[in-house]
Amino acid sequence: MDWAAFRLSVELGLWTLALLLPASVWLGRFLAIRSFRGRGFIEAAVALPLVLPPTVVGFYLLLAFGTGSPLGRAWEAVAERGLAFSFEGLLLASVLVNLPFAVQPIQNGFAAVPQRLREAGAMSGMTPWTVFRRVELPLAWPGIATAAVLTFAHTLGEFGVVLMVGGSIPGETRTAAIAIYDRVQAFDDRGASLMSAVLLGVSVLALGLTNTLSRRVGRRRNG
Amino acid sequence: MAEGLLLRLRADGPIPLDLSLDVAPGEVLALVGPSGAGKSTALRCVAGLHRPTHGMVRCAGETWLDTASGLVLAPYRRSAGLVFQDYALFPHMTALGNVMAATGHMPRTQREARAREWLARVHLAGLEGRRPEELSGGQQQRVAVARSLARDPAVLLLDEPFSAVDRATRRRLQAELAGLRRSLAIPVVMVTHDLEEALALADRICVMHRGSGLQLGTTAEVLARPATAEVARLLDLRNLFRGRIEAQDGASGRVVLRWGSRRLEAASGRCFRPGMEVDWLVPGGAVVLHRRERPSQGQRENPVQARVMDLVPMGEEARVTLDVDDPDGGSLAFSLPLHHARRNGLAPGAECGVSLLAAAIHLMPRPV
Repeated sequence: MDWAAFRLSVELGLWTLALLLPASVWLGRFLAIRSFRGRGFIEAAVALPLVLPPTVVGFYLLLAFGTGSPLGRAWEAVAERGLAFSFEGLLLASVLVNLPFAVQPIQNGFAAVPQRLREAGAMSGMTPWTVFRRVELPLAWPGIATAAVLTFAHTLGEFGVVLMVGGSIPGETRTAAIAIYDRVQAFDDRGASLMSAVLLGVSVLALGLTNTLSRRVGRRRNG
Repeated sequence: MAEGLLLRLRADGPIPLDLSLDVAPGEVLALVGPSGAGKSTALRCVAGLHRPTHGMVRCAGETWLDTASGLVLAPYRRSAGLVFQDYALFPHMTALGNVMAATGHMPRTQREARAREWLARVHLAGLEGRRPEELSGGQQQRVAVARSLARDPAVLLLDEPFSAVDRATRRRLQAELAGLRRSLAIPVVMVTHDLEEALALADRICVMHRGSGLQLGTTAEVLARPATAEVARLLDLRNLFRGRIEAQDGASGRVVLRWGSRRLEAASGRCFRPGMEVDWLVPGGAVVLHRRERPSQGQRENPVQARVMDLVPMGEEARVTLDVDDPDGGSLAFSLPLHHARRNGLAPGAECGVSLLAAAIHLMPRPV
């Protein structure tokens, strides 16, 4: 049983959520309520990780992380170490790969809030920020909760991209999914099945939690 | 009129507008017209939800929009209460929460009391904890009215406020609103395609078509004296015909009007040239049935021989449609007590005589 790998997976999941959710709320809402030229292009770009093979995504990310790219050079100048095969690189990859899982449910959530309600908020004297907080966010909440669960669960399970950009460095880039693969390669079936079971349990728990949570918020009485 | 609402709008497209309105505090103005006439757009311009190409909106001495100087106040900074056609209540909040949402201008401690007060005023005391989905259509409309007034607006805007409820509820809500408006010292602008609703609630009406205000006046004035045949048609007024001026007596204003093979007398304060083509109408109330057995003096005033096309009893009244041999195929409609119709033998196919009261005949020049 590789607890360090689990800790790393959960840390990666939480960090991904912390970075990705606020950005996705902004982008999803923007895509839901604005119509502009090039919206289709942005939507397609967001959805790209869904259809690209993880190894392809991983390969391009490795290129982008390397010292041959401006991003890689800039990172190395600031952090004094490489982005590839590091936790930060893994996190960046995780954020990008999870973009569709976070943005699409949030976009659907905000699209389900009728424009009339935003107008009614403004006509009640609410500032745009208050309308967002008190009207849009509570109504789009199921979409945001779904995005959080999908992102977290997907981060725990991501394999291909992690292997490409992170390798399998214990405590740095070896996540639970990679650790399970390593156990199987080492013919340690007991270790692999134990870790798989825990991963399964965590996934089921997260799904159940978010389901209850979003239902409770939906029912909440607002005085 | 510094305290009231001043509205000047002009736009070419995509939604054309050409409208100029002044509404005094305490006055109810109804924008009337068919769907797509630009009524709601005009209302949204006041609220700030639509921006016209050229326009000026001033309310309670404050400028909300002045495209000439580039001044545009955001909707939430305009002190306007708007009741949406579908109410647009916040579905995740209770009735109380919906009304409280509009009390952000008050100290925190007073908000709930103010919201409860408004709900009581619209007869919803006891239902504060219900969600919109747990309220009937009429109750939802009341919450929407309470919410729009809870922010102490400088103008109240009503967008087809009664279109989503059944007829009986509509009557009751109209009566309630008529009572409520007496206590409001702010201008009220309401949009409706229902003329009866405008009659029941408005002091003045503005007839709109394709974004333009065609006529503005008191309801009685516009109904009796529509500016053009187009206005009369938009208001669905009956007894609209075409004719030609034969002569006008300059001193008395008396006009001789040619209508098909007939000559009618009419009175008008306006000047008409002989030979001028006009539209004219006579209200149903100015059509007088000749009694069969007892001819009277009144029968000499614009007598018209006609045949009954249709007679529809409506309660104690009868609606009668007459074939008057109009060159354009129009018919003459009026109502009279049902027993009156029976006594005079009115039935489909029967011949009868009516008089059109000269003073009530309204002449409108035809647009060239």
